[in-house]
Amino acid sequence: MMNILVVVEDNRGSMHRMSKEAIAGAQKIGGNITALVIGANADAIADQLSSIALENTLVVKHELVSSYNSDGYTEVVKQVIQSINPSIIIIGHTYQTRDFMPRVSARLDIPFIPDIIGLEQDAYTKQVLNSKLNSSVSSLSDMKILSFQSACFSAEDMLTGSSSSQNFDVDLDPSMVRSSSEEPFQESAAEVDLESAELIVSVGRGIEKEDNIPIAFTLAEVLGAEVSASRPVIDSGWLPSFRQIGSSGQNVSPKLYFAMGISGAIQHVVGMKGSKNIIAVNKDPDAPIFEIADYAVVGDLLEIVPKLIEALKTEKDL
Amino acid sequence: MKIAVLVKQVIGSESALEISDDSSWVKEKNASFVMNPPDNYAIEEALIIKEKIGEGEVVIVSQGPARVQKVIREGLAKGADRAIHVEENGQIETDPLSIAKSLTSALKDENFDLILSGLQSDDTGMGQTGVLIGELLGMSTATLAIETDIDREQIKVKRELESGWFQWVKLKAPASVSIQSGINQPRYPSLKGIMGAKRKEIKVIQSQNAEKKQSLDKVFVPQTSKETEIIETDLNSTVDRIVEILKSEVKVF
Repeated sequence: MMNILVVVEDNRGSMHRMSKEAIAGAQKIGGNITALVIGANADAIADQLSSIALENTLVVKHELVSSYNSDGYTEVVKQVIQSINPSIIIIGHTYQTRDFMPRVSARLDIPFIPDIIGLEQDAYTKQVLNSKLNSSVSSLSDMKILSFQSACFSAEDMLTGSSSSQNFDVDLDPSMVRSSSEEPFQESAAEVDLESAELIVSVGRGIEKEDNIPIAFTLAEVLGAEVSASRPVIDSGWLPSFRQIGSSGQNVSPKLYFAMGISGAIQHVVGMKGSKNIIAVNKDPDAPIFEIADYAVVGDLLEIVPKLIEALKTEKDL
Repeated sequence: MKIAVLVKQVIGSESALEISDDSSWVKEKNASFVMNPPDNYAIEEALIIKEKIGEGEVVIVSQGPARVQKVIREGLAKGADRAIHVEENGQIETDPLSIAKSLTSALKDENFDLILSGLQSDDTGMGQTGVLIGELLGMSTATLAIETDIDREQIKVKRELESGWFQWVKLKAPASVSIQSGINQPRYPSLKGIMGAKRKEIKVIQSQNAEKKQSLDKVFVPQTSKETEIIETDLNSTVDRIVEILKSEVKVF
């Protein structure tokens, strides 16, 4: 049986949800699965892993990797790979993965196929060209690193069982760590609780300019909804960052997600595709948001939404 | 401070996408090409850092066929000092490790203090070239920088983590840093800049063909898994239908 290594991410003391999906993916591929946990919280996470169907869990505790740093993690993962010689290294496609996994790839000269949304045998599906097309990517090497995008596999499919953990000794030298990190922090307290909102009106680049943002707030007011946005709107400074949905923002699953002028890049979609009803308005009939929408409204939101607001007001008065 | 900015030319988001006959990619002759949008932020950040320090050099580095000189000129017009074009003839490489090795051999004798790149490309979106090159050149690396604090003494960047978290990281020079979109307001080239760019040096180097480690075999139109009702009609009927959906399907009132 093939050896698979799953690198588990510590998300402030517990297992990152995408690590659970990565384990579910590894189980589906099938093999002798070793999980690797690193850092000060490694024992607590290893404890979580003890009731999951794995071959075993390797625990790395070393003062140079007690918290995440790219140099230390790269070297630890390299040493573990050289020790257990897996055919596949699997990890969730998180920001941390993007930060250090390419270095493992370069250091060991093995391919890193990132951001996978589906797989069939040895062909991996990955979005390309602003999520408008999919591509099929394959490895030309005996050993490969794969990172799975959110919801490629479901954490609920993770098979339970029992497995033991053991410490893995790494050889790290202070000269290997060339960076020093301060404590992570949050910038501004959120003024709205998007994660518990029932109805959300979300704005994308298609709103065209800041002067048009009030249209979204008016629609939200008529519906009794909260307003959120996609990354380009936040980057333009039109709305504060606590309103951002997607991989660098919030994950939501409201009863209604009304997407105005959102193209549907994967980084956005991962944060909202669990919504019960998705209505998307976009001028571009090929916008990727329409692939996950329940209702795809092709047209100009600057014409449709003001008219919709009037119609809803009339409706409420009746 | 000597700064390299990795720049890629990609198919624009507004461009028509027609899959090529062998499905290996899209037809280039119908496509319009632009500077990879995230790379604009990397160029701007490099120019800001140079202006702040008051000395140094910003060098645009791009791999691709002859057409990529258009985006190289754009970078020079914005204020970069010179450029290196790693020219590909024939097959355009998509394997990030091969691209990184080719760029590394073009960059290794330059001894850059800092390499900046966009967080990922809008075409293949592998999101790793800057980090791979950093590793291959033995540099420090950081990704998704949303603020920088860089002077002669130190390289400090604010990394974006997930779900609204951030972290400041201090890196030993030299370093390769990928820049998160939105970090700054990229400038437009001035007329003077555009004229001046014509006299700036573009050094052309042939790309190296490293052994491929992964291959992008084909592209295809995504299959939608969901049943989607498409509403594409006149304005009044569209609005009526949305009201009906909100009332009877979503039950907002």
